[in-house]
Amino acid sequence: MSKGRFGGYGGQYVPETLMNAVNELEEAYEMYKNDPEFQAELADLLKNYAGRPSLLYEAKKMTEDLGGAKIYLKREDLNHTGAHKINNVLGQVLLAKKMGKTRVIAETGAGQHGVATATAAALMGMECEVFMGKEDTDRQALNVYRMELLGAKVHPVTSGTMTLKDAVNETMREWANRMDDTLYVLGSVMGPHPFPTIVRDFQKVIGQEIKEQMLAKEGRLPDAVIACVGGGSNAIGAFYEFIPDEEVQLIGCEAAGLGIDTEKHAATIAKGSEGIFHGMKSLFCQNEYGQIAPVYSISAGLDYPGIGPEHAMLAAEGRAQYVPVTDEEAVEAFEYLSRTEGIIPAVESSHAVAYAMKLAPEMGRDKIIVINISGRGDKDVAAIARYRGVDIYE
Amino acid sequence: MNRIKKAFENKKAFIPFITGGDPNLEVTKKLLIAMQEAGADLIEIGIPFSDPIAEGVVIQAADERALAAGCTTDKLFDMVKTVQDEMNVPIVFMTYVNPIFAYGKRKFMKRCVECGIAGVIVPDLPFEEKEELAESCREYGVELVSLIAPTSHDRIRMIAKEAEGFLYCVSSLGVTGVRSEITTNIEDMIDKVREVTDIPCAVGFGIAAPEQAERMAAVSDGAIVGSAIVKIIAQYGEECVPYVKEYVKKMKDAVLRA
Repeated sequence: MSKGRFGGYGGQYVPETLMNAVNELEEAYEMYKNDPEFQAELADLLKNYAGRPSLLYEAKKMTEDLGGAKIYLKREDLNHTGAHKINNVLGQVLLAKKMGKTRVIAETGAGQHGVATATAAALMGMECEVFMGKEDTDRQALNVYRMELLGAKVHPVTSGTMTLKDAVNETMREWANRMDDTLYVLGSVMGPHPFPTIVRDFQKVIGQEIKEQMLAKEGRLPDAVIACVGGGSNAIGAFYEFIPDEEVQLIGCEAAGLGIDTEKHAATIAKGSEGIFHGMKSLFCQNEYGQIAPVYSISAGLDYPGIGPEHAMLAAEGRAQYVPVTDEEAVEAFEYLSRTEGIIPAVESSHAVAYAMKLAPEMGRDKIIVINISGRGDKDVAAIARYRGVDIYE
Repeated sequence: MNRIKKAFENKKAFIPFITGGDPNLEVTKKLLIAMQEAGADLIEIGIPFSDPIAEGVVIQAADERALAAGCTTDKLFDMVKTVQDEMNVPIVFMTYVNPIFAYGKRKFMKRCVECGIAGVIVPDLPFEEKEELAESCREYGVELVSLIAPTSHDRIRMIAKEAEGFLYCVSSLGVTGVRSEITTNIEDMIDKVREVTDIPCAVGFGIAAPEQAERMAAVSDGAIVGSAIVKIIAQYGEECVPYVKEYVKKMKDAVLRA
């Protein structure tokens, strides 16, 4: 019987070799998620190592400038390692340790999840190997060195399009090769069950904090929560707590690259179709024969041809809306938030900022928007400079 | 008796794998006939996929070559249809679930029947998810081949009980590709199968040398070889047919010695 379904999406489409590995992970997770000792350890790490709770910051200048809804920023960029990725890896690496594993492996696109995994592995004394597309190791040389500094081994992946999807393929292959002592620490709410559930559970702290902080500051829930979506982990983290609160609009921003009418985008919900890949039934950018499409975005973190199954379900049900945001809009938002609030957001998060800039002026001043700033933008400065024609090197 | 089972009747089977459309469909067609002449008992054709997660580097490269050469699921079906009257041994497709899903599950199985394809092997469709395709397979009488792996342990009986055609025994951890040594206790795996069914069991992954094929066939009902053949195709390109034929003959002889 198929497990891990979100509506018709999800499941466990992996080779037989990996079935006992995903089953072992599921059993361990079911046990530890209700284990007070595990939860206390994780809570301690989130507070004293990652720096949670992250701030919910009222962006007064941006609110005033846009002249509509009041804007709050959820500052995941202030977490240790500079993004929401740490929430998930602390949980998964701790889980790996409890399972008696001594080695973790991970895929990474831009390198944020790889850096976070290498960080957690260093902290908890685990061996760590990261698979990263050759194109990305070239583009993000600094993050490669950062992972090595943290004690991880980085494998450049030269198969396929040499980007994130190929890094996932290679990490799955490596896991099938060695699973006795190794856990695959997956970076997003995707892949075979139980990953989409585990990653969502470790990220849902974002939305729980937003709700608590918003009630304390405003005495009510926000009208909209906006987040960027690649695989969808920061978005599901921000959305999950609000799913039952139907008055709260949930908006995911996909990477439209050069535009959804070109071939250069990664807008899975706008342009993708149903498929089965990377262990899950969901929506994918693919051709009529089911060959997975090469996708594009200025943001390596959103440069993925699929989306987590829970997002596919929320889109199908109409509970969340998904909108495409282009490179150009994201870069403008990157610059806008830097200038207006003195906060340099990740180019991924800038997609959410860009949509909020469109939406806020259309909403009344009595409305409230929360933008999830999933990561900080230091890593993107050189790429944005190049986009603007300034040739600087990292 | 169904066609796949018949391939194992009264003998150990040798099962070669090639990627469809590598280096092009004309050569694939010639290879099918040549391999049959060399003694292949059942032939696996891989439908090339952009992201073959169960394959090692050799077959990954073959998939890339085939796709770059313009192979599509439709063109592959069309080619097989032109050769089906000349084929006495059964042909099965090996591919990932997405190319079948995208093609349309029922349409895919219908085309299989029209082109004489006896079964499908789908490495990323484990027991728990097999209903995804099983219904359309049943409707058209296309057999859905199951796989067991060295990590399957207590899952073997459950999988074997519902297995169709033959059972694909994955010899090693990891992905497809030539290995110098196969360390898994294949006898143990097959003993577990035999507790619940007499379905033929063929061993694949890692087999390249005749001695390995002989050893694997000795403890099972047949040997499957993919990467070693695909390597020959990669080396000789369009001139590969006689070399593959010679290799298949050598391997078939080894299996018959088992």
